[in-house]
Amino acid sequence: MKSLLARGSELASSKEQLKILTEVSEKLALPSFSDKLKEAGLYPLRPTGVDILQLNVGKLCNQTCKHCHVDAGPDRRETMSKETMQECLVALATPGVTTLDITGGAPEMNPNFRWLVEEASKLRKKIMIRCNLTILLAGEKYRDLPEFFAEHKVEVVSSLPFFQKRRTDAQRGEGVFDRSIEALKKLNSLGYGIPDSGLVLNLVYNPVGAFLAGGQSTLENDFKKELKQAYDVQFNSLFAITNMPISRFLESLLENGNIDAYLEKLVTAFNPVAATGVMCRNTLSVGWDGSLYDCDFNQMLDMKLEGKVSKISEFNKSILDSREILLHQHCYGCTAGAGSSCAGSIT
Amino acid sequence: MAQETTYYKPEDLKKFGNIGEFEPDLAKKFFDYYGAVFADGALSAKEKSLIALAVAHVVQCPYCIDAYTTDTLEKGATEEQMWEAIHVGAAIRSGSTLVHSVQALNKVKELGV
Repeated sequence: MKSLLARGSELASSKEQLKILTEVSEKLALPSFSDKLKEAGLYPLRPTGVDILQLNVGKLCNQTCKHCHVDAGPDRRETMSKETMQECLVALATPGVTTLDITGGAPEMNPNFRWLVEEASKLRKKIMIRCNLTILLAGEKYRDLPEFFAEHKVEVVSSLPFFQKRRTDAQRGEGVFDRSIEALKKLNSLGYGIPDSGLVLNLVYNPVGAFLAGGQSTLENDFKKELKQAYDVQFNSLFAITNMPISRFLESLLENGNIDAYLEKLVTAFNPVAATGVMCRNTLSVGWDGSLYDCDFNQMLDMKLEGKVSKISEFNKSILDSREILLHQHCYGCTAGAGSSCAGSIT
Repeated sequence: MAQETTYYKPEDLKKFGNIGEFEPDLAKKFFDYYGAVFADGALSAKEKSLIALAVAHVVQCPYCIDAYTTDTLEKGATEEQMWEAIHVGAAIRSGSTLVHSVQALNKVKELGV
């Protein structure tokens, strides 16, 4: 499968995606997300503070997952430069910014990835890497990454759509499950995911179809039991997240005729308690070109920050802490049910 | 254009909550009971959802099949678990048919055949 961009799909345009979300919402008479927040007394939505700096260091990836909200893949070339990373490190050094969260694409494919981690490590901030697991087996260039992660105490967060091969491969590509298990075993052998090792390995579950994730703790227990029993694999926590109705998941919803039902489901499941804890309130997202966004989803929809600070080179924590978060209908994805963020359920 | 003749419409599932329109007190009692039945207890909510999926097939309720296929998936059930549950329902249904044949057997013998 190629990315939407490489296929010349209309959905590669963020404007087209937002238009579809608006049109479907109007057709179904769904309330706007902003109005829903007004009802809950949460509008305008403002940050609790920039604690986490999330860098999307590029859209290049060794996988082309069916649900990818980034539209990443081997055919994408957008890559964060070393200069922009340097600007991010200056922002990361700001007191109160506690965590660097590195994502992509496959972030390890950025040529300056290791330099970024080494420099961030010197700042003694928490470092998280969104690793797709199979990159660890993608060639000699990447084979020693687990040791590199361990050396810098990087927290590894890895997607694994299910504890069985069929559903995982259906979403992420043929053979991904077996390679993911091999990579997890390698991480385990270094202490990752083993209690009290100090090396944290978390997994991310997102549903393989047009349904929501159920209770995170039940799913975590099932994943732990099944992966231990069948493959002797261990991990720390499971984050259950909701598929965002944008990019390639939006394409799949449109293709199988589930778009109306899925949006309705997200709106019906709106949870004001979850809305208070959405990730955009404590995270700032940086695009590969240094542009700033409220979250990785707003980034993919090209909803750039407006106002005095719109690039990482202009980082100013006090201005950013008091900004107004940009909203659209996809935001229902983070507030449905128990809520959803990069760190899993919210409530 | 031919008029749709089925009584079952998928979109009606969403209206389940409206059954209290003319009798809110009893509907509330039902939904409170329903919620309590499906909460985690001695059986997990996931196990209860699998039982519901089996029963939905036995009583042949399209709304319930729709709802509990989704619900079991959301609770992380595997396809193997779902279909084993459906087969349990099918086995009880066919067993309950066949066990009544004892009555037929008795009657055959009573009639001296």
